[in-house]
Amino acid sequence: MSVSNEAVATATRTVHLIIERQKDPSSAPYKQEFVVPYRPGMNVIACLMEIQRNPKDKDGNPVAPVTWEMNCLEEICGACTMVINGRPRQACSTLVDKLEQPITVRPMRTFPVVRDLVVDRSRMFDALKRVKAWVPIDGTYDLGPGPRMSARDQQTAYELSRCFTCGACVEACPNVNDKSSFIGPFAISQARLFNMHPTGAMNKEDRLEALMGEGGIQECGNAQNCVQVCPKGIPLTTSIAAMNRQVTYHALGAWLRK
Amino acid sequence: MAVAQAQKKNLTFLWRRLHTLSGVIPVGLFLLEHLFTNSTVLRGPAAFNEAVDAIQTLPLLHFIEFVFIFLPITYHGVWGLYVAFVSGYNAGQYSFGRNIMFVLQRITGVITFVFIIFHLWTTRFSGNAPTFDMVHNLVSNPAYFWFMVVGVVAATYHFANGLWSFCIHWGITVGARAQRVTAWVTMIIFVVLAGVGVASLIAFTHAA
Repeated sequence: MSVSNEAVATATRTVHLIIERQKDPSSAPYKQEFVVPYRPGMNVIACLMEIQRNPKDKDGNPVAPVTWEMNCLEEICGACTMVINGRPRQACSTLVDKLEQPITVRPMRTFPVVRDLVVDRSRMFDALKRVKAWVPIDGTYDLGPGPRMSARDQQTAYELSRCFTCGACVEACPNVNDKSSFIGPFAISQARLFNMHPTGAMNKEDRLEALMGEGGIQECGNAQNCVQVCPKGIPLTTSIAAMNRQVTYHALGAWLRK
Repeated sequence: MAVAQAQKKNLTFLWRRLHTLSGVIPVGLFLLEHLFTNSTVLRGPAAFNEAVDAIQTLPLLHFIEFVFIFLPITYHGVWGLYVAFVSGYNAGQYSFGRNIMFVLQRITGVITFVFIIFHLWTTRFSGNAPTFDMVHNLVSNPAYFWFMVVGVVAATYHFANGLWSFCIHWGITVGARAQRVTAWVTMIIFVVLAGVGVASLIAFTHAA
């Protein structure tokens, strides 16, 4: 008896979504409501897939299926980051059971919107290029093993290396806006990661100079939203303060050496 | 192109750092001195007049006023208005404590800016001698008194919370724990300074 009742309950339970959509980069956004059948343990991606299978709005009118991006489906790639119930997070690891309904879904508007929930996060990769977030090891011959790294530094570096440029910190940061060119919290944290790497440290001045450049670390206003919304719990505010310290020493030192 | 942009000499970093520095030295130090001098009124009008006289007899007073108070406070205020303008405000969506304090820092900054202009106009540039009687006459007007209370609370919050932010901008407090402890310490500083300022204002309302 209970089995059939449960089956009926599951079949009739639904998920109510309000999705902010946009046809193309230049058109105006609009809201559309959807009701999809509930399945136990479903995530927001599953809801979007359901809409894709049966692209009808709440009233049953046929609509264009909602567009979004996804890859790994295990909170590792960052592609499906969107603003769900007011918080930037990954649609794959956001479970319907843990959300209040109706579930509001909208794109991260800090980035240019391509279509519906798809955004262009190129500015994040430009920022990583700007702060030289890599270790240059290419040469014409084998350079041999690099310097060793202490286990403690490895632990810190591991924490920082979990950043997957999802864009949540950039979305939540009040100082990333139309009036400012701030590169965003993640880039500062990545500069710290590569400055603490023994081989990466050989180019640390380049990164510090970049952080002092246009849209650099000085644009941070310490609202500290970034550390609250980071899905990986990366200590972004500690990274920013640590880089503030490096930049302070670098700026004063460079000025006194000249 | 991105590399060329990064290598281009950019002075924003310098202006921002000078802004946070000037907020503490000398503007913050002057605020402390000012609140201290005003608090002498708690020992009576004569004590206040004596403290004011001591300042009035300082050598090179106009030079000190201009270089250590007027210039830095103008720079801090004008650049601060620009900072408040280019900041985003999203405390409605992200109502985290720190984000609310980020917004308050900018609101109190603008209030303090307006407050200081009016405050200077009615005291320093009013043509009246800086005495207990002058201040007493001003704060006897309830509207002016409450305007002063708002100004004092805004200025002391802006200073105390600014100290917290200064410690991060200059890389002094790096870890989350250090920043949390500093947040508590600076809020105690705010309460104490605001208390001293308001107590002095109340003392000024009592007749000589």
